[in-house]
Amino acid sequence: MAAEARARRLALRPGLALPALAFLLMLGAIIAAEPRVASYFGLTVLLGFAMPAIFAALAQMAVIAAGDIDLGIGPFLSLVNCIAATWLTDRPAAGLAALAGLVALYAAMGALIHARALPAIVVTLGASFVWLGLAILVLPTPGGAAPAWLAAVAAWRPPLLPLPLLVGLLAGAAAEWLLMRGAYGVVLRGIGGNPRAVARGGWSLLRARMSLYAAAGLAGVLGGLALTGLDTSGDATVGGQYTLVSIAAVIVGGGEFTGGVVSPAGAVLGAFIMLLTGSLLSFLDVSTDWQLSAQGGILILVLAARALRRRGRA
Amino acid sequence: MKPISYIGRAATVAVLALACGLSGAATPARAGGRSTAQDGIALSNSYAGNGWRQQMLKMWNGAAGYATHHHIIARTKVVNSNNSATQQASQIADLTLQGWKAIVIDAASPTALNGVIAQACAAHIVVVVFDSLATAPCAYKVAYNYVSMGEMEANYVAKRLGGKGNVLEVRGIAGTSVDHDIHEGIVKGFAKYPAIKLVGSVHGNWTQSIAQKEVAGLLPSLPPVQAVVTQGGDGYGTYAAFKAAGRPTPLIIMGNRQDELALWQKLASAPGGYQTFSLSSAPGVSSIAFWVAQQILAGAKVPHTVNVPLLVIRQNELAAWLKAVPAGGVSTPLYSQKWTEELIAANLSGKAPPASPIPTGMP
Repeated sequence: MAAEARARRLALRPGLALPALAFLLMLGAIIAAEPRVASYFGLTVLLGFAMPAIFAALAQMAVIAAGDIDLGIGPFLSLVNCIAATWLTDRPAAGLAALAGLVALYAAMGALIHARALPAIVVTLGASFVWLGLAILVLPTPGGAAPAWLAAVAAWRPPLLPLPLLVGLLAGAAAEWLLMRGAYGVVLRGIGGNPRAVARGGWSLLRARMSLYAAAGLAGVLGGLALTGLDTSGDATVGGQYTLVSIAAVIVGGGEFTGGVVSPAGAVLGAFIMLLTGSLLSFLDVSTDWQLSAQGGILILVLAARALRRRGRA
Repeated sequence: MKPISYIGRAATVAVLALACGLSGAATPARAGGRSTAQDGIALSNSYAGNGWRQQMLKMWNGAAGYATHHHIIARTKVVNSNNSATQQASQIADLTLQGWKAIVIDAASPTALNGVIAQACAAHIVVVVFDSLATAPCAYKVAYNYVSMGEMEANYVAKRLGGKGNVLEVRGIAGTSVDHDIHEGIVKGFAKYPAIKLVGSVHGNWTQSIAQKEVAGLLPSLPPVQAVVTQGGDGYGTYAAFKAAGRPTPLIIMGNRQDELALWQKLASAPGGYQTFSLSSAPGVSSIAFWVAQQILAGAKVPHTVNVPLLVIRQNELAAWLKAVPAGGVSTPLYSQKWTEELIAANLSGKAPPASPIPTGMP
């Protein structure tokens, strides 16, 4: 009973039905164009590159939940990619320490933004150059190799569900549980939506923002690792586009820039949708020159639809 | 014993050849026997935003269009990514699912595509990389030897200067393998001539305006310069910088761009004349990559790395090339299936590659 009620609540959450429907429609259209996609192997190949995008979207969502925006998550994924393809392979202990250090740096960035009341957009933009610079220092020219275990995980074929869907399900569920179900999740969303109420409730705004940024850092590390597993090597510029893709995924998935209004499940769906926009055009034989326009167009459509619905409600 | 076993082997080959001939394959010696008429070959290109790449795509369409028209292959398709390795990787994953028999790749990253390339190879798809290569071991590579480009320039300059003089080096985009290799070749080439001094080096990024700005910035600090070694797309800008500074025009190696060839001809026809040579990679390498993929599909023996000679333009060919290069374009032939077969054969036997054909008109 409880599970059913929860499922209904999840389905009825504003904004989640639309991305879910869009995802299924796009997948349906691709399968109609190329039936061999509708297989375990087909879905694994088609959706493989959604995995880093899912984690990037969840990282972005954590920052947007705080009412901020992260312009550095793409280069951050590149940095993790470079560390994973070099240190994590040669000196696993140093590699793990470096990745843990990156999560700590993210938390520190949250603390800095809170303590000095700095605009996150500027701090994260600055950080994006730091991540890129560090990535080039770690790996000046593309190369390196992913640790064998990481490549094996990325190539793992779990029973029943293709890996990208399994990863989406697990990552989405974990984020839902942390942010939407837990008591502290309310606090975390609160600092973006209504910080004064949270502070009056006796919660530390600093700690909440640091938690959100640490979560973003952790998701970013997981995204970089997923990317490394897929690429099997390192490249300091590889993650660039994830900055915009992650923002788009959060918005398409029902999140808003006003702070506090986010949906982890929606962000995961959004990541799948942003990936499929490109694929859909390719399978329908539309020139890829339209891909960026299509992704931008979808974003504008979603925002326009939301604005219309809001006006209808008012 | 040995001669007999040779005879035996020769007899086996002859019998096999006879069997092939009898089985009715049209041109077994050339095409390897298997028909590719039902196959599709797709191009995954990382970037379409400059003149070289635009011409590269035109050359692909030329070769692939010819092949589909003559039923050598069934279909082709071009996908461009916006210089993003991850976008290109997911595009290659899509192509893997779409049933293409071969995927030809101009890669956004030497390493980031290796995972999807391995995935495509595992699905029995032929993968050919060219221009910007990827290092995946299962991919066939159609490669230029850029170290030899630097060496050719150094040798030419040393010969023209009589082994003595000051040389300025205009380099490409820092950190790229192409820039690294050309520079290495130049240093290697000049190492034999201790009296030739590299007095300066700037990064012109293969772009005339940037080369002009960078050279102009460095010139005041330089002693008289007798020659400039370049990487292509920077010769005209270098000339403009020398002219603006009121310095005598040095020997500038050109890079096959139309503006550079036009400048060369203008200088050559002026009193006193002007002699140099021009070399670069040719955007038509996409047509070579196309035919290499087709040959592999046809079952022909193809080495894992096919080395392509750089397109060199000498003084006596200048007029013919100028007629064949559109304004703002880069000189390139459209390589044919037959030419590519000769190139593959030369690579297999270690002989000199065939000369690049000169187009007779605008593409």
